[in-house]
Amino acid sequence: MSNATLSGKRPSTLRAASLPKWFSWAVAAASVALGLGVSAALGLESSIQWALIAGVLFVAGTFGIAARVEGKRQAKDRVATSVVWVAFLLAVAPLASLVWETVSRGVKVLDMYFLTHSMGVVADTEPGGGIYHAILGTLEQVGLATLISVPIGVLTAIYLVEYGRGKLAKAVTFFVDVMTGVPSIVAGLFILSTWILILDMGPSGFAGAMALTILMLPVVVRSTEEMLKLVPNELREASLALGVPKWRTILKVVLPTAIGGITTGVMLAVARIAGETAPVLLLVWGSNFINTNPFSDPQASLPMYIYLQYANSGGSGAAYDRAWAAALTLIAFIMILNLAARGIARWKAPKSGR
Amino acid sequence: MAKRIDVSGLNAYYGSFRAIEDISMTVEPRTVTAFIGPSGCGKSTFLRTLNRMHEVTPGGRVEGKVMLDDEDLYGAGVDPVSVRREVGMVFQRPNPFPTMSIYDNVAAGLKLVGSKKKSEMDDVVEKSLKGANLWNEVKDRLGKPGSGLSGGQQQRLCIARAIAVEPNVLLMDEPCSALDPISTLAIEDLIGELKERFTIVIVTHNMQQAARVSDRTAFFNLAAVGQPGKLIEIDDTERIFSNPSVQATEDYISGRFG
Ligand SMILES: Nc1ncnc2c1ncn2[C@@H]1O[C@H](COP(=O)(O)OP(=O)(O)OP(=O)(O)O)[C@@H](O)[C@H]1O
Ligand SMILES: [Mg+2]
Repeated sequence: MSNATLSGKRPSTLRAASLPKWFSWAVAAASVALGLGVSAALGLESSIQWALIAGVLFVAGTFGIAARVEGKRQAKDRVATSVVWVAFLLAVAPLASLVWETVSRGVKVLDMYFLTHSMGVVADTEPGGGIYHAILGTLEQVGLATLISVPIGVLTAIYLVEYGRGKLAKAVTFFVDVMTGVPSIVAGLFILSTWILILDMGPSGFAGAMALTILMLPVVVRSTEEMLKLVPNELREASLALGVPKWRTILKVVLPTAIGGITTGVMLAVARIAGETAPVLLLVWGSNFINTNPFSDPQASLPMYIYLQYANSGGSGAAYDRAWAAALTLIAFIMILNLAARGIARWKAPKSGR
Repeated sequence: MAKRIDVSGLNAYYGSFRAIEDISMTVEPRTVTAFIGPSGCGKSTFLRTLNRMHEVTPGGRVEGKVMLDDEDLYGAGVDPVSVRREVGMVFQRPNPFPTMSIYDNVAAGLKLVGSKKKSEMDDVVEKSLKGANLWNEVKDRLGKPGSGLSGGQQQRLCIARAIAVEPNVLLMDEPCSALDPISTLAIEDLIGELKERFTIVIVTHNMQQAARVSDRTAFFNLAAVGQPGKLIEIDDTERIFSNPSVQATEDYISGRFG
């Protein structure tokens, strides 16, 4: 069974029998084939069942064969690897199919005209029109929310990491934790009850931005906190020992060292709120017209537009196409933000090399 | 502008744990004083009380007096930030600022505190790097990140950074423990030059180094783990290494310790 006996040499204690490189691929192919065969034989219609059967067969088969040929320890190692692969595929499959679905349906009406026109003169059931007003609304609402929550969030994180001791810091941490769990509809209702019902303001992009701020703030605080904690204490001490005041140390040494990570965190938070529908529904109301002023009157936004196109279309294909195209735009927008965040993180990361 | 340090009755605590007990000593200006002693006896702690860095540690607390010439560092109304401008420090592990270039690292102390003209700044940077024996190695790459230097170069960069703000006293906590013999020698030579201008206190675990660079040597010890560290004796280096007055010092130096 082992290589050593086959080649007739003295058995080596360091080299053990091992399966060839293509082993995993062979097992994968065999289990996919078996999975398809079994589901065909049993008449299972679902497209998920065969994949699950194949996944189980893959893990079990790998273990069985590897345990016989290579021994227990290597078999466990292979099982761990194959479980990771199966989990990876399980995670990626829905994402890939979602992107595929959105792109294939979204490109139909997505063109320059669509991006630069509003729905002002088009009925929801007719073809034509565009998402300019929704892009504008999303940019303004998300931009305002970012403008409010980034300074507050970063300062809070600085307080917690650099100054916070005792009860106040504990209380702040607790509130941030609670805020993290607030559902977006509750954030919307909160602003609705204070800003619109009690203070008697009308719906506006700004009202939506305030609700988005509630959702964004804890994410910014948390991620900034983690990034600041990663800055080695030695750097703070080096700066303090030079006779630099603490606030300047934070501003000139700690923040620059962590800025890449902080930016990434902010971008992820922006990506999270850009897709929020519930608070926008309650506070901004949505609109078919271009409204450049976020401080008064209803505005549109991308997630809102998608919902309204779907809900008010009365089954019109043109509206569905527009909804998909808007979804594609939203995904692209978030993707671009993420790429920008990565770029900034790499650009601003502490430099190494000569 | 070297200054005399005069410590009397100094205790330092971490929370409720007393790390060093009742230390009194005098360090003359323009001398090198070496601190030796077993690990955990409080050398670093004591060193950090001399520029009020000890209180940066959570729970850090100091009792007693540290006179710098005729001012008590722990007196009422003394600003720890100005103390640290007068008493500079070099750490055990080189810690250049990773986001800054070599030039900015050296200029950091000046830039972060006040503003100076560009030409003045250039002069200070050049003078400090020359003072730290690093100028020739880095003069062509001042704009490159400081973390791209070798460990020994980084440590000399940190020394340049510390002397750029013109302190009166320079504290060094095992500055050579991460360095090769050649960089160590470079730094020891440097210490010899720097003592013309500064009062220098250096912690070291290397007896030969203490014997080579210092004028006076202080031996610290602790009775047992969990007990506070104490100053056993301080004397001229020659005397400590030839004929110390306490038996424990002789045992420690000759390696017959513990
Ligand atoms: N941050 C801290 N918190 C609590 N106790 C500490 C802290 N730093 C040091 N100590 C304790 O204070 C005592 C003295 O430590 P210190 O670092 O001054 O020793 P040292 O003489 O410099 O040792 P070494 O030669 O290993 O550097 C030790 O018992 C140590 O455990
Ligand atoms: Mg130490």
